[in-house]
Amino acid sequence: MNKKIIYRGAEAEICLSRYLEEKAVQKRRIPKSYRIKEIDSFLISFRTKEEAKLISDARLHGVSVPIIYDVDLKEGVITMQYLEGKRIKDILNDLDEKERKRICNMMGKSIAKLHNNDIIHGDITTSNMILLDDRIHFIDFGLGSKNGEIETKGVDLHVLMEAFESTHSQHPDCFDYVLEGYKKEFSGNAGTVIKKIEDIVKRGRYR
Amino acid sequence: MISLGIEGTAHSIGIGIIQDVKGKCNVLSNNIKTYSPGKGGIHPREAANHHATYIADLISESVKKTQIDFSDIDLVSFSQGPGLGPCLRTAATAARALALALDKPIMGVNHCVAHLEIGRGTINGCKDPVLLYVSGANTQVIAFAEGKYRVFGETLDVGIGNCLDKFGRFMGMEFPCGPKIEELAKKGQKYLKLPYSIKGMDIAFSGLLTSAEQYVRKGEKLEDTCFSIQETTFAALTEVTERAIAHTEKNEVLLGGGVASNKRLRDMVKTMAQERYASFFVPSQDLCIDNGAMIAWLGFLMYNSGIRMSIEESVIDQRFRTDMVDVSWRE
Repeated sequence: MNKKIIYRGAEAEICLSRYLEEKAVQKRRIPKSYRIKEIDSFLISFRTKEEAKLISDARLHGVSVPIIYDVDLKEGVITMQYLEGKRIKDILNDLDEKERKRICNMMGKSIAKLHNNDIIHGDITTSNMILLDDRIHFIDFGLGSKNGEIETKGVDLHVLMEAFESTHSQHPDCFDYVLEGYKKEFSGNAGTVIKKIEDIVKRGRYR
Repeated sequence: MISLGIEGTAHSIGIGIIQDVKGKCNVLSNNIKTYSPGKGGIHPREAANHHATYIADLISESVKKTQIDFSDIDLVSFSQGPGLGPCLRTAATAARALALALDKPIMGVNHCVAHLEIGRGTINGCKDPVLLYVSGANTQVIAFAEGKYRVFGETLDVGIGNCLDKFGRFMGMEFPCGPKIEELAKKGQKYLKLPYSIKGMDIAFSGLLTSAEQYVRKGEKLEDTCFSIQETTFAALTEVTERAIAHTEKNEVLLGGGVASNKRLRDMVKTMAQERYASFFVPSQDLCIDNGAMIAWLGFLMYNSGIRMSIEESVIDQRFRTDMVDVSWRE
């Protein structure tokens, strides 16, 4: 099979592939020679399994994610649907204010849907969202987990807050728009999660 | 321009004298004196007393060693934060006294940013790195983005150096425990599974510390425990650094801070850099640890870019964040 690497992330490579008749991508976790075998194989198989489970779980609850076609734990490979859209990271800064607000609201609603079902993405950044058919698709659940705690949900959102600060700092309202959407969709008390984010910020060093 | 820098954020008091040569940093002298607590962790007031005792002589010695006169100094810089209040105040007071006595400008600088700038200033080829800054108090992954040095990942609880020291103290080792743990780890063979905690690009060590202590209580060999602590924490540090490189799309890695002396950590970060076709840099040992030269150099960069600071503005800031600094000296 022709394997063209389209993206090389920190821990995995994404190759173009085909699954039956469909255009597909393969996410392959690359062994790291800097860490010992015990840690390396544990992280690769554990994260592959967790990620596949979380992606299907998210889909089940109405959050847009790629469809999973196949999982190989030993090789650390997930074969999934190819999403022909645009990374939010690349387009967000160039949108007009109204559209940016709409996209961020949408983001917040989807995150709330994940959190309503105790799905923690673990790395919510704008590089991990793809806009396709006017829906935000979440990719890379590699650091995700299943967790019902308010703390974990707060940390999950805090990661996005930091991503905005570092990558979209010229648009400081983005995160507020996300929270706006989050509040609308979250089934519990969104106020406690937002309060938690403030706690996490204060807990951070030298704030 | 000749700049004298006073470092005093934690256990070390350092005086560095530098001169700029074609945009690079020429270190003329770099003297450090370190307070070592008899037992337990660092005591802020005792550390500050230590600094106050030695600082005046250290300044005179440094100027003498550099073979310059006090009148040759063009700028007095000091570590404005982050750090322990009493220590910062001691260094700042000395800086103010010196600047006023010499009638020369003063410049307070951010300690964390200084760790990054000294790499860029002294190493050829080091232009736009992602810094993994690992010390007792600080563990941050820092890179330049949109006009500031931004923190792309950091510890959510204790610094890696503090984590190692805490485990060492639990085992009855003396400060600093890092080098002793490194020696023991070399003899470790069995990997004991420890919590590997990464949240996004941030990292946490406290669970691992508890777990490691339990292994020792259960009778696991100290060598194996030290080996496992290093392998787990350093793998996590290397991973967050790699994530920052991927995210920022930079191709240089710089290591800094006291824990950068650990050979195993160096090897891991270097291996990671090579696999990503990125360059790997570590400043010389005396510029890696807390030192006055890096403070002097950053002070020069700021002054040279047009920043001025009055005595009234030279107030210390214990919680001086890396991303609070406007980096006017870079494009």
